[in-house]
Amino acid sequence: MGNLPYLPHTEADIRAMLEKIGVKKLEDLYSDVPSEFLKKGAYALPEALSEQEIRDYFASLEAMNARLKVFVGQGAYDHYTPAVIPYLCSRSEFLTAYTPYQCEISQGTLRYIFEYQTLMCELTGLDVSNASMYDGPTAAAEAMKMAIACARKKNRVLLSRALLPHVVKVVETYAKFHGVEIGYVSADEGQTSLEALKAELAKEDVAGVIVPSVNRYGIIEDHTGFADAIHAEKGLLVEYCDPSALAVVKTPGEWDADIAVGDGQPLGLPLCYGGPYVGFMTVKKEHMRKMPGRIVGQTQDKQGRRAYVLTLQAREQHIKREKATSNICSNESLMALWVTIYCSLMGPEGLKEVNKISADGAHYLKAELLKTGQFEDVFPDKPFLKEFVLKPKQFPGLMQKKLEEAGFFAALDTEEGYVSFCVTEKRSKEEIDRLVKVVKEG
Amino acid sequence: MSKILEGLKYSESHEWVKVDGNTAYIGVSDFAQKEMGDITYVDMPEEGDDVMAGEEFGALESVKASSELISPVSGTVLAVNSELEDAPEKVNEDAYGAWIIKVAMSNEGELDALMDAAGYKALIGE
Amino acid sequence: MKYYDKLIFELSKEGRCGYSLPMNKFPAAPEVPQQLRRQAPARLPEVAEPDVVRHYTNLSQMNFGVDTGFYPLGSCTMKYNPKINEEMAALPGFAGLHPLMHAGLTKGALKVYQEMNKALAAITGMYTFTFDPCAGAHGELTGLMIMRTYHMLRGDMARTKVIVPDSAHGTNPASAAVCGLEVVEVKSLENGRIDVEALKPLLGPDIAGIMMTNPNTLGLFETEIKTIAKLVHDAGGLLYYDGANMNPLMGVVRPGDMGFDIMHLNLHKTFSTPHGGGGPGSGPVGVAKHLEDCIPDLRVSGFHGNFGVILRAYAYILALGKDHLKQVGQYAVLSANYIKECLKDVYKLPIEGVCKHEFVFDGLINDGAHDDVPGATTLDVAKRLLDYGFHAPTIYFPLLFHQALMIEPTETESKETIDTFIGVMRTIAAEAARDPNILHDAPHNAPITRPDETMAARNPILKYEW
Repeated sequence: MGNLPYLPHTEADIRAMLEKIGVKKLEDLYSDVPSEFLKKGAYALPEALSEQEIRDYFASLEAMNARLKVFVGQGAYDHYTPAVIPYLCSRSEFLTAYTPYQCEISQGTLRYIFEYQTLMCELTGLDVSNASMYDGPTAAAEAMKMAIACARKKNRVLLSRALLPHVVKVVETYAKFHGVEIGYVSADEGQTSLEALKAELAKEDVAGVIVPSVNRYGIIEDHTGFADAIHAEKGLLVEYCDPSALAVVKTPGEWDADIAVGDGQPLGLPLCYGGPYVGFMTVKKEHMRKMPGRIVGQTQDKQGRRAYVLTLQAREQHIKREKATSNICSNESLMALWVTIYCSLMGPEGLKEVNKISADGAHYLKAELLKTGQFEDVFPDKPFLKEFVLKPKQFPGLMQKKLEEAGFFAALDTEEGYVSFCVTEKRSKEEIDRLVKVVKEG
Repeated sequence: MSKILEGLKYSESHEWVKVDGNTAYIGVSDFAQKEMGDITYVDMPEEGDDVMAGEEFGALESVKASSELISPVSGTVLAVNSELEDAPEKVNEDAYGAWIIKVAMSNEGELDALMDAAGYKALIGE
Repeated sequence: MKYYDKLIFELSKEGRCGYSLPMNKFPAAPEVPQQLRRQAPARLPEVAEPDVVRHYTNLSQMNFGVDTGFYPLGSCTMKYNPKINEEMAALPGFAGLHPLMHAGLTKGALKVYQEMNKALAAITGMYTFTFDPCAGAHGELTGLMIMRTYHMLRGDMARTKVIVPDSAHGTNPASAAVCGLEVVEVKSLENGRIDVEALKPLLGPDIAGIMMTNPNTLGLFETEIKTIAKLVHDAGGLLYYDGANMNPLMGVVRPGDMGFDIMHLNLHKTFSTPHGGGGPGSGPVGVAKHLEDCIPDLRVSGFHGNFGVILRAYAYILALGKDHLKQVGQYAVLSANYIKECLKDVYKLPIEGVCKHEFVFDGLINDGAHDDVPGATTLDVAKRLLDYGFHAPTIYFPLLFHQALMIEPTETESKETIDTFIGVMRTIAAEAARDPNILHDAPHNAPITRPDETMAARNPILKYEW
């Protein structure tokens, strides 16, 4: 076995360096560690593998996973990733850079984040974006904290029951430890209820309300009257969005929301078993100083040339320490680059076309599934795009198994006893027809 | 050498108070603005908020730092200097001209605990 | 590196397209109702594929990465990122997995989690890990949630404070505050270690625990760790280990053996995954056996954490195996001590003695100040390093020193690279002594000169306007 190829030290190097330091052997460098804490005996790890062996082993692991056509969304969407994106994102200068603290040699990172911020503002219709966050659910949790920080003295945040389940769970976890009370707004008719919202707001303790733009049933929500009702109580309206769908549905800005959050994953990020994804947050200008996370701003260098820097840093943990409203330090920079390149390639027409193909495919699938007679429509009059739910007439376990065997991941169970489907532009008519045939043959 | 104005009261956390009847104008000293460097933002309370002597009512921000503003007196905020919202540099340019908040004092006795110009000069040791 | 002054929006021309989509063979769905439809179209750029490729290639050339050169950024562990890891993480059988697929469909992915769990437990001496946190600070928050859960499950509701040393990473107090804990600071001694005598009176029935990093942010091993662990445990508190500084302990010391109950690791530091310009990272949290039950209810991220990052770290661990683990820790410490010894006659070393993976200088010994010319600061040294093709160290952190310059070389730099760095650091010290203005104006050779950060903060321009 040779040396590990990532370690350039030769025996001679080590000897020379130890000599300069004035110690005899490598172990002497740990002379300050009480000897009882020095690990004795071997670590319980496997033997080192060569690169070829790593490759073979990963191939064997990969083969243990199912390779299915994905017909499920629920927060992770199987949109197509153009070849250009991984190609550019794997450039060393982007991939192996740290956070752009030394701005003079980080203009590449800073510029694409500035572009990303601009794109997120365009998609959401709001004024200011941060440099990205971990994922959609944590961005929603940060919005919850931000609403509390803006409201001062009020300590309750409302969540729509129509939000995706994983978003609700993460916000609840953060709220429990941050000392925030969570209330709920019901969504009986497949959309967040304005009446229920008003009833909760009447308690006069609401700092903010988080509602989905397109909800867990795939329905495009109508938020007429939401902003007025919430603003009358000095609360903030937070819209949780699928940024891809914002190319066609009414934006948070158009609903007069204060904050938009969501996951950038539908903008060309691979499913990758849930991550890395990228959370986004945009806000109205008046809330800019309370926004968590890194922000890139434009300025000039000494020669008066356009230059970009991390700015408004006095909000952040490394300056405010325990007084910061967020502990967030990392963003998901590389995934923000991924999203930026995706949006650049797609342009306004491409993104609309993605929505169109996906929605047409989803409506086709829904109609064909209803024809099989095995489902009831749950919300027949509600508008949707790529995702919808149906109520199976029989226990769906057997059907799901048959679908898996035929190569489909579809009909995901929901808490309400529905099954959820999703169609992206990657799903062909032939695949859909085959899926429907499997269902029909039961 | 930092400028110290006669006739003002000073706190140990470098705020000054200009008393006008029951009203107190509060800002930061020339020494404080110099220590802070280029001020980029003044975080201020809202009109009608209550402030307490010895407690934070806002913050000064520079590129790499954030410094709390501590109220030297208790009372209710009558006004905030909205000019500073878009021009925080005024604190650097004229620390004694750029008041930050105007307070209706609830306990004028608190003024006695503050320093005069000579006392403040001794504090900063210039 | 050359200056390139375009934004993607400035390349846009109406009617250009950079996408390729399949023919729509479906019947048209009903239109989105008017009142739910977006009114003004999103002004995304309209550019062709070659424009996009050239634009981002040009942007990349204004960036410095580990693959460009030496990156001695203290506390960030900028080690080499092995390329096989990238290929493994991109395998379609992993990249195509939907996060809501049940266990029967994701056996390979689950095996990765299980084996990573075993490996990290072996390396750290913890019992089990959760992989949900997406970054270091996220791990801290999760770890503190576990700490609070532990006390809550015991009905011990009074433990609402956490002790944090004054030398701690800024995320520590911020994470504590977000987790609803009050921060109590404990001072450091002259020798850079926690003041045990100052710690004692802080320990009481209201203390949930202490957050430490060992070695601490000065790169110094907390020699009193055994005493500290006993004091905190006797007072009913738990010990949290901030794993940002785990690299020097690899293969030599295990946090679990030192008495730590909870810890996080930064896979993007210690386990070689690329930083990506500020993420994605991964911050798995490990706990000792008695805390196993405190994890289940916590949901801190959407699905299963950053699986793609975990895959890369796993490939690295397979390459290390038990054979090379110790070399990582030892060589990282060797390189740091070597640099320290070679430069301490020109840069102020506030605390003598052996360091671990990093150390802190407190500015130049001779900063060249004379007459009206101010001396060269740590910022100046950092900016001048850029001219010589090196990334700067971490500066003005920790806060214990005014001119802190924190250097961490990692184990993946050769003696030749390190010697060149040492030579440049000495040249810069000589320049400062001769004429500090050379440093004040640096960098001279970067794509831009120093930007006006005050202007950026006073008049924020945070998106492109057109």
